[in-house]
Amino acid sequence: MAQPEPDGEQIGKGAASAPLLLCGQALVADLSGALFWPAEQALLVADLHLEKGSAQAERGLLLPPYDTRETLARLAQAIDRYRPRRVIALGDSFHDARAPARLDGDDRDTLRALQGGRDWVWIAGNHDPGGSARVGGQALEVLGLAGLTLRHEPTPGPASREIAGHLHPAAKLALRGTSIRRPCFVGNAHRLVLPAFGAFTGGLNVLDAAFRPLFDTDRASGMAVCVLGQDGLYPVPTRLLCAD
Amino acid sequence: MVIGGKPRSARPLRRERPGEAVLRANVPALLPPAFLAWFRARGWTPRAHQLALLDKAAERRSALLIAPTGSGKTLAGFLPSLVALAHARPARGDRTIHTLYISPLKALAADVERNLIVPLQEMALPIRIETRTGDTSVARKARQRTRPPDILLTTPEQVALLLSHADAPRLLADLQTVVLDELHALAPTKRGDLLALDLARLQSLAPKHRRVGLSATVARPSELRAFLAPQSDAGATALADLVRADGGAPPDIRLLETAAPLPWGGHTTRYAVPDILAAIRAHRLSLVFVNTRSQAELLFQELWRLNEEALPIALHHGSLDAARRRKVEAAMAAGSLKAVVATSTLDLGVDWGDVDLVINVGAPKGASRLIQRVGRANHRLDEPSRAFLVPSNRFEVLECRAAIDAAAAGAHDAVQYRTGALDVLAQHVLGTACAGPFSPAALYAEVRSAAPYAQLTREVFDRVVDFVSTGGYALRVYERYARLRPAGARLLRLSHPRLAQQYRLNAGTIVEAPMIKVRLVGRGRGTARRKPGMARPLMGGRVLGELEEYFIEQLRVGDTFVFAGEVLRFEGLQETEAFVSRAVDADPMVPSYQGGKFPLSTHLAQRVRTMLASPGQWSALPEAVGEWLTIQAERSLIPRPSEVLVEAFPRGSRHFLVAYPFEGRLAHQTLGMLLTRRLDRLGARPLGFVASDYALAVWGLEDMAALERSGALDLDQLFDEDMLGDDLDAWLADSSLMKRTFRVCAVIAGLIERRHPGRIKSGRQVTISSDLIYDVLRKHDPGHILLEAAWADAATGLLDIGRLGDFLRRIKDRIRYAALDHVSPLAVPVMLEISKELVYGGKVADGLLREAADDLVREAMQGGPKRGIGDGPARA
Repeated sequence: MAQPEPDGEQIGKGAASAPLLLCGQALVADLSGALFWPAEQALLVADLHLEKGSAQAERGLLLPPYDTRETLARLAQAIDRYRPRRVIALGDSFHDARAPARLDGDDRDTLRALQGGRDWVWIAGNHDPGGSARVGGQALEVLGLAGLTLRHEPTPGPASREIAGHLHPAAKLALRGTSIRRPCFVGNAHRLVLPAFGAFTGGLNVLDAAFRPLFDTDRASGMAVCVLGQDGLYPVPTRLLCAD
Repeated sequence: MVIGGKPRSARPLRRERPGEAVLRANVPALLPPAFLAWFRARGWTPRAHQLALLDKAAERRSALLIAPTGSGKTLAGFLPSLVALAHARPARGDRTIHTLYISPLKALAADVERNLIVPLQEMALPIRIETRTGDTSVARKARQRTRPPDILLTTPEQVALLLSHADAPRLLADLQTVVLDELHALAPTKRGDLLALDLARLQSLAPKHRRVGLSATVARPSELRAFLAPQSDAGATALADLVRADGGAPPDIRLLETAAPLPWGGHTTRYAVPDILAAIRAHRLSLVFVNTRSQAELLFQELWRLNEEALPIALHHGSLDAARRRKVEAAMAAGSLKAVVATSTLDLGVDWGDVDLVINVGAPKGASRLIQRVGRANHRLDEPSRAFLVPSNRFEVLECRAAIDAAAAGAHDAVQYRTGALDVLAQHVLGTACAGPFSPAALYAEVRSAAPYAQLTREVFDRVVDFVSTGGYALRVYERYARLRPAGARLLRLSHPRLAQQYRLNAGTIVEAPMIKVRLVGRGRGTARRKPGMARPLMGGRVLGELEEYFIEQLRVGDTFVFAGEVLRFEGLQETEAFVSRAVDADPMVPSYQGGKFPLSTHLAQRVRTMLASPGQWSALPEAVGEWLTIQAERSLIPRPSEVLVEAFPRGSRHFLVAYPFEGRLAHQTLGMLLTRRLDRLGARPLGFVASDYALAVWGLEDMAALERSGALDLDQLFDEDMLGDDLDAWLADSSLMKRTFRVCAVIAGLIERRHPGRIKSGRQVTISSDLIYDVLRKHDPGHILLEAAWADAATGLLDIGRLGDFLRRIKDRIRYAALDHVSPLAVPVMLEISKELVYGGKVADGLLREAADDLVREAMQGGPKRGIGDGPARA
């Protein structure tokens, strides 16, 4: 992942979207956590974890049952913004195998409406393997697109040319005596990992060991991050990152 | 509380004096011969209030005992139970708990046990006393349920847990007395709500028991008396009887005279350290109280910097490892220390050693708190306690003076009467269900017998039960996961035994910020060079204590900070422990702690405002302070007590608006937030604000005095009470204070689980942050009962909205305004805070991220260090 020539003005302000370059493909990171691919007219989202709230309820923690509609509302906004020809969900779209059955009627209708008039791909994740859990759309293990592989779990090792999710990347920065921890896009020249899109999803620090095999580094060099703020996306220098 | 032992411990029962002859006539009737003989052997005679409580016991009446520190009030509470138990007890096998003693501190329960054992042994009384706290082993706890002691010493949380078991009715059926120690400290908190609900449950299980509350002096005893009495629907509030102990000699409290001049601002009190050290040298054992743990660490460092004679001075605060604290306490008791620098951890209860001087450093904050602290010195009631107050800046001089006056007048701070919190009620409902099926109607009646919940409506109660059962959401989709299910026509029961385990892991109302252990690295490891990424594991040494996770999070390897009285170097984080080594650094960081910062009490604030408005009283203040106020009167204004002063002046390239409400830091922070929003709309382009206990300064780019002249800025409108409507709502939407408050409510109410040690790291991805839940709930279910509970908490707690509202109503049409050419004398202290305080702002986080991104741009444009940008190859 690369940021094109920094336009000081624009980046400094924190825009609602940020252009990225990956293996020669021009991509757009969106403040919602989605990724738009103009050449393919595709919108990519990772780790929706629909019905995570009700999954907790099964074990006695009665979390608000609104996470699915919140996630779908954000997705609807992103779709509205980019009007993609296809939507590709990079796995863990449903929190567990029983999640589609727990979907509320309204939420199911919303999802159907979003799928109308465009291709919809559910890539399999570890929470929803084999496309068993899905509503509409097409289920795939992986998807190759313009020389890039779209999959759920990033493959360890250097050369991959892939876009993935699974890790819920988050960046932590210590600034002026305050620490900020936010979801982020993280990548290098040949790989991009999307932040988790779901309303109840947490984040894993990009300095965590889980990211090491992907970016082959101790101190995060060779890794670029773009942080989702409240109002805008902020590419921040990796030397400002700190561990949990 | 001490019985027997060393001579100086004789305070609960003192040598007889002529005036007490009348009381002595009653003694034989109230005290059995064994007790009388034991007292006589010591040359003691009971005090009037101790006999009065024996009287109340004989009449089976509940009572509140108000007595100063050192008057033997704990013994007064126990004496009736000891007498009753000495008389007649059923055979061993049938015994159940006779007396329940509930204290806010487990250390206090342990101390009481130690002190009661002696007379029991000496009088050979067959009475079993045991403690039950978080430290009690599982085996012992189980044994206590099969073979309960006569007297159980415990805490509110442990009572709740005890009541959540099915055998609670059997254990407590014969309960005669509940003794509530330090009730004034418990009652006005959520722990007090929990305790009130526990008492209501006990009332149903053991209707004949009576309650004895022990309290320091409070402004309105009737609130504590109501707490002790079961309430009923019949009209007036029921009150327990009141017994007051003789107050003893009035304390001798003075401002510490210092050689160095008083500073304008700041909180370090560095200027007074030589004089504090001199006072310590001149006394036997001094307790040096400060308000926060960071002040304790700082002052401790400063004292030792000058302590050339190496006077034994120790440090005591809540973050230190328990073993270290025990050592300090033991050294105090053994008389081997000259002074202890302490926070409120030593405010309550346990007495260690023969303290003859209290030094209160910094603002007293409240009259009652000061009197309690001063009472820690000198337990001989007929001699005055001695105390010095050390203000750290000029405003604090006014506050110290006001506190001294209040103490002399015997005036106390009024504690806000509490409306029972709904999150605590939710926890109680689940706890009740854990003990067995319950009837909602009966539980509602029971809950309302607790004073804090006397006004609870059935509608709100039912919503709380619904919350416990299905989450209480407008979208009703959790019926199939309901935690409570009907059992017969009228009862509800727990749907799964697993829920009872969950309840027991999460019970209690103390929700701490996540803490991280601070451990010294093993010898020789600290300075060793390591590769990045902590290739070599750190070897663990001693644990020094615990620090809030958020402070540790800001540290980078190599940073130094002050903790546990030492300068430490941060070596890294491993699992859930922070490893540190000893270091030398002239400028280490000092951890800042959330909480522990009490705002100035309303009562003291009123006294300070009055003092400020009365130039006649200024002569009682140090000369520099009188001069400061005189110049303020010449250059600007001195407001009347009913008014508020607002000043506008330019300084540097900024324009300032400073107000002096004297309503405490919390209310000022909320006011600052709201004023900033309004000034932004009025085009003043505010940049930030800072709040102290006394004043509030907002600064911006536009000339606010000019805006006022032109009519664009109307001060009466700016300070209009209507700011507590939409502006407050809009701000709260993403206020971090509100989110913090919500987290506490969500944990107490059982919506989310506590974070357990060891799961902190791995749990990050899995745990759903309460902030996310808050955002979703606010958006999709704004009427949810937990949001209501969080709002109520914020209004009285971190945001202090109640007090801010009172202020805005009070100063309506009473704003005194001064447009000045430059900063006024009164404004200097708050202006000095600006550089030190983190300025709250709605979008602080984004501002900082922007800065970080700008940093990246600068780096890219100016060819700075390129570490970290991994995009070179892609572009090439």
